[in-house]
Amino acid sequence: MTDTTTISSGHKTVTGTGVKRREDRRLLTGEGKFLDDLNFSEFLEAAIVRSTVAHARVRSIDVSGAIDLPGVAGVYTAGDLEELLQNLPPKVVHPDMSHRVRFPIVLDEACYVGEIIAVVVAENRRIAEDAVDLVIVDYEPLPVVASTASALDKDGPIAHLDAPDNVCVHITQKAGDPDGALLSAPHVLSETFVISRGGGHSMEGRAVAARFDEVAGELTVWDATQAPHYARQMLAVFYEMTEDQIRVIAPEDVGGGFGPKAQFYGEEVLIPFLAKKLGRPIKWIEDRWENFVSSAPERTQTHRMSVGFDDEGKLIVIKDIFEHDQGAYCLGLQVPSITMSTLPGPYKIANIHSELFSCYTNMVPTSSLRGAGRPQAVYVMERMMDRIAEHLGIAPEEVRRRNLIQADEFPYAVGLLFRDGSPLTYDSGNYPGLLEKAESRIDLSAFRDRQIRERKEGRFLGVGIGMCVEGTGLGPYEGARVRLTNFGRIMLTLAAAPQGQGYQTVYAQLAADALNLDMDVIDVRHGDTGNIPFGQGTFGSRVTANAAPAVVDACTQLKGDLVKAASMLLGVPVDQIELSGTGAFVVDDPERTMSLLEITRAFNVGRHGIAVKPGSPVGLERTAYFTPERAAYSSSINICVVEVDPETGMVELLRSVLVHDCGTVLNPLLVDGQVYGGFAHGVGNALYEEMHFDESGQPQTVSYLDYALPGALELVTPELVDQETPSPLNPLGVKGVGESGTIPTPAAIANAVEDALRPFGARFNRLPITPMRVLDALGVLD
Amino acid sequence: MKPRYFEYHQPTSIDDVLELLSEYGDEAKILAGGQSLIPMLNFRIASPAHLIDINGVAGLDQLNLTPEGVQIGATARQRTVENAPEIALSYPLVRRALVQVAHPQIRNRGTFCGSVAHADASAELPSVVLALGAQIIARSSRGERTIPAKDFFEFHLVTALSADELVVEIQLPPLAAGSNGTYVEIARRAGDFALAGVAAQAVIDEGGTVQSLRMACSGVGPVPQLLEEAAQLAIGSDLSDELLLEIDNIVRTTIDPPDDVHASANYRRVVTGTVVRRALKQLRDESGSNHD
Repeated sequence: MTDTTTISSGHKTVTGTGVKRREDRRLLTGEGKFLDDLNFSEFLEAAIVRSTVAHARVRSIDVSGAIDLPGVAGVYTAGDLEELLQNLPPKVVHPDMSHRVRFPIVLDEACYVGEIIAVVVAENRRIAEDAVDLVIVDYEPLPVVASTASALDKDGPIAHLDAPDNVCVHITQKAGDPDGALLSAPHVLSETFVISRGGGHSMEGRAVAARFDEVAGELTVWDATQAPHYARQMLAVFYEMTEDQIRVIAPEDVGGGFGPKAQFYGEEVLIPFLAKKLGRPIKWIEDRWENFVSSAPERTQTHRMSVGFDDEGKLIVIKDIFEHDQGAYCLGLQVPSITMSTLPGPYKIANIHSELFSCYTNMVPTSSLRGAGRPQAVYVMERMMDRIAEHLGIAPEEVRRRNLIQADEFPYAVGLLFRDGSPLTYDSGNYPGLLEKAESRIDLSAFRDRQIRERKEGRFLGVGIGMCVEGTGLGPYEGARVRLTNFGRIMLTLAAAPQGQGYQTVYAQLAADALNLDMDVIDVRHGDTGNIPFGQGTFGSRVTANAAPAVVDACTQLKGDLVKAASMLLGVPVDQIELSGTGAFVVDDPERTMSLLEITRAFNVGRHGIAVKPGSPVGLERTAYFTPERAAYSSSINICVVEVDPETGMVELLRSVLVHDCGTVLNPLLVDGQVYGGFAHGVGNALYEEMHFDESGQPQTVSYLDYALPGALELVTPELVDQETPSPLNPLGVKGVGESGTIPTPAAIANAVEDALRPFGARFNRLPITPMRVLDALGVLD
Repeated sequence: MKPRYFEYHQPTSIDDVLELLSEYGDEAKILAGGQSLIPMLNFRIASPAHLIDINGVAGLDQLNLTPEGVQIGATARQRTVENAPEIALSYPLVRRALVQVAHPQIRNRGTFCGSVAHADASAELPSVVLALGAQIIARSSRGERTIPAKDFFEFHLVTALSADELVVEIQLPPLAAGSNGTYVEIARRAGDFALAGVAAQAVIDEGGTVQSLRMACSGVGPVPQLLEEAAQLAIGSDLSDELLLEIDNIVRTTIDPPDDVHASANYRRVVTGTVVRRALKQLRDESGSNHD
C-alpha cells in the first residue's frame, strides 16, 4: 500500500533553493569513498622512477637491483612496453602548431624532471619506493630550457633533440586596425607583465587502479579523473580494444580536480596495461611530491601590453603580445587560446591585436588550472585600466564605466575567435549592473576618505577592482540517463564526474522538479562509463550548462512515460494524471493513486511470459544529451581592500566584495561554495603561489614548506552579491560559476596593493606579489 | 612518500631509552612529537634504522615552575607550555614565540625540547632558549651534563649532543623582577618558518633605562644568532626612536642571512632590522615609561 498523502499532496519546487549537500555527511564523517579506499586484498602497488634531470639522453637503465628486492613483482621501462610507445595527443590544437611526440614513458630522451622513466610494481608502496631507489639511470645531460625567454632566444638551448626551435605555435588575432589606431590614439601606455600561476593542489592527487578480468575480457579502471569517458577513449585507442571492453570509473568521491585531472597522463596508460600483463590488480596513488613534479600546473605567461585611449579614458585599441609556457610537451592549446580571447573582457574595444608565442621548455607540461588562462588576461587588461585612470586622473571605476558593454547590447560580437574556433560572441550579461552593485556594497567614497586619514597615521590601505567575462558551458555535449528502478526509485545517471561540486544534490533537485516527484526518491550516480556510454567530462565550468538541460530533458520524457503508465493502470485519460511525491494520482479523485513501485512492477519488472497491452511504456528509462550552440558567458567583479606594511612588504587582505553573474542559480549554497573556493585560488595566485625552477630546470618548490599555498588564515570571506542574467543558449538560462571567484581576484588584489602604495609610486607588474617584491618595488632593497 | 624500513622501539623508562641510544647511536632517532621527524622520514631525507619512541616513558612530560626557574620535560607539548598561565605571566617571550610556531594542531603534538633538539635555524624556539640563556640537560648511559644554549647549536640541524644522548629537559632560568620579553617575526603565511624573527628579553627599569638585554634572531644563518653588538648599544639607553633606527641599521650590517625561494638575503637583512626595532619598541612601550 502506498500512503496517498505522499503522492497527492502537491509538488514543492526545490530547484533554486539552498538544499544542503547530500555528499557532506559522508565526507564530514570520514565515510568518503576515494580511490585509495578501494582495497582488494590482491592489489599490487606501483611507484614510479622519474627523471631527476630536466633534459638528458637516457643511456641506460639498470633495474637489476630493484628486481631482486623481495616483494617486487616487476620493473618496467620503455623497452618492455613497446606497444605503448604511441603519442599522447594534445587536446586543443592549431593548424600551425609544431608537435612534439609525448610517449607515456621515456624512450631515450627525458625532457623534464618528473617524467616517467620506469614503473615498479610491488607488494606495497613502501617496497615499491625502496625499489625505485635502486634503479640506476645513466643520464647524458643536454642543454636545458628553463624559461620562456630562454625558449624564444634564437641562440638559446632547444628543449628537444630533434627540434629546430622551441616554438609550439605563433598565432595572431586582430579586430579593426590596431596598428593604425595605436599611431593615432591621443594616449598610449605600454607595460610588461609576468604572471605566475601554480598547480591545482587538489587534496587528493591523481590516482589510478585497474583490474583485468580475463574470463570476460574486460578491463576495469578506477581513475581519479575529471573525464572518465575521455580516459576510456584514449585507453581504447592505446590498447586497440573497443569501448565496451573498457570500463572507466571515477570513484564516487574524487578529492578535487581544478583542471589538472582533466588531462590524460602516462600513468593512466601504464597502470591498467601492467594489471593486464601481470594478471593482478594494481593501484598507483600519486604522492604530494609527484603531484608537484608531474601533474600539470599552469605556470608563467609574460605579456607586453599597449593600450591606446582618448582624453575621456575611452579605449581605442589594445595590443598584447604574450609568451606562454607549454612545458616539455603540449597537452593542448586551451590555456593560451583562452587568454587570447579573454583579453577584451567586458569592454568595447574597436581595435584589438592579440598575439601568442607558445613555446616548449624543459619543465613539467602545463595545462588548465581553475581560470585556465583567464586570470592572466584579466590581470593584464585590468591593470591597464587602472594605469589609464591614474594617467588621466579619473577614478578607476569611472574609466571602467565609460567603456563597458551595455546591458542592451547583447549578443555582443567581440571580433575575435574563442578556443573552440567559433566567433567570440557574448550571449548575455549586465556589466554596468555588476559594477554598480559592487561599488555600492563596498562604498568607495567612504573608503577613500578613510584611506587618506589612515595614511596620515602611517597605515597604507588600498582598493582595487578586477572585472571579467568568462566563456563557460562549452560543448560538444553532456548526457543524462534516468530510469525507474525495479524497486520503485528514480536512478539518475550522469556521464560527468564530480570532484566536490555536489552533483548528487543539485541534479536530484532538478530531476525532482522535472518529474514532479519527491527528491528523496531520486538517487544520483555519476562518472562510470559502464552506466552511460557517452560523456565529455567536468572542466571549463561547463557541466551545469550542458548536463542540467540534459537532465531536465530526460526527466521530462520519463515523466510522460510515467503518466502514460499510471493512466493505463488506473484506467483514466492521461490528462487526468499528475505526478507528485512517490507516484501518480487522478486529478479529479486524488485518493486514487499509483505508486512508482506499482508502475515498475507492471512495466519494468513485468511477469515472465504474460503480455501487456500493446503500446505499454515498458522499460521505463530515458537518455538525453544537450548540445549547446556555443559558450554562455558568465561575468564577475571583485573589489578588494588591502593593507600593506611598507617596512616588511606584508600584504593583508581586509575585504573582498565579489559580485558574480552565472545566470539562473540552481542551488545558491553550491554557487557560494564555488565562488569561495575560486577566490582562494585567486588569492594564492595574487600573493603566494609560485613554482620556482633553477637554471638547470630543477623544481625548487616541491612541498608545502617551500610552495606557499594559502590556508584559511590567509583568506577573508568574500562578501558575495548575486546578479542573475539568464543565458538564452540553454533552456534553464544557466552559466558556469566554478571559476568566477578566481578570475578577477589577482587583478583586484594587485590593483589594491598598487593603490595602497601610490604615494611611493611603486609598481607591481609581476605576480605573485611577495613581501620581497613589495620592498623591492619600494626601492628599500637597493 | 613512505619511510624506508626502520625498527620501532617503544621503551618505557629513561634507562631503556639510554640503553637503546648507546646500542644504536647514529643509527637511531628519537621520536617525541614527530612534527619534523615524520615528514623527514616520509621524504626519505632521514632514514634511521631505529626509531625510539619516548612517548611511553612516564614522567618525561613534566612542566615545573620553581623559584629556580622552569623545567620543561622531553615530551612536554608545545601547546601545554603555551597554555600554562605561569608561563604567560613569567615568560611572555615563550608564549609569544609559541603562538607563532606552526599551527595549534601541530603544537598539540610537537614538543618544546624536540624543536630545540632538532635545531632548525629558522625555527622560533632555538632563538628563544638562546635569548633566555636556557640550559639543555642531556643524559646518556655515561651520565648527565648541562649544555648552555649558547653552546648547543652548531649548525643547521646539528647540535652539541652526542649520538647516545637524550635531551631529558630544558631549564629556563629564573628572571629578574621587571624582566620582559617578546618574539616578533615576519612569515609569509601564518605558521610558516620566519623570514625574519627575533627573540628579545630585557630588563628596563622604572626610569626607562635598559638594564639588560639579550636578543637572538632566527632564519639568518646556520644557527640562531645572538645580536650582541646591537644589545650593547641598547643597554644603558632609553631606547629612543633615533636609537632604535640606529640599532635597526647595525643589525642589518651585522647579519649575513641566506638566499632562497622565499626571500633574498637582502630582504632578510632589512626585515630582521625591522623586527628587532619593533621588538625593542614593544618592550620599551610595555615598560610603562613615557618617552613623549
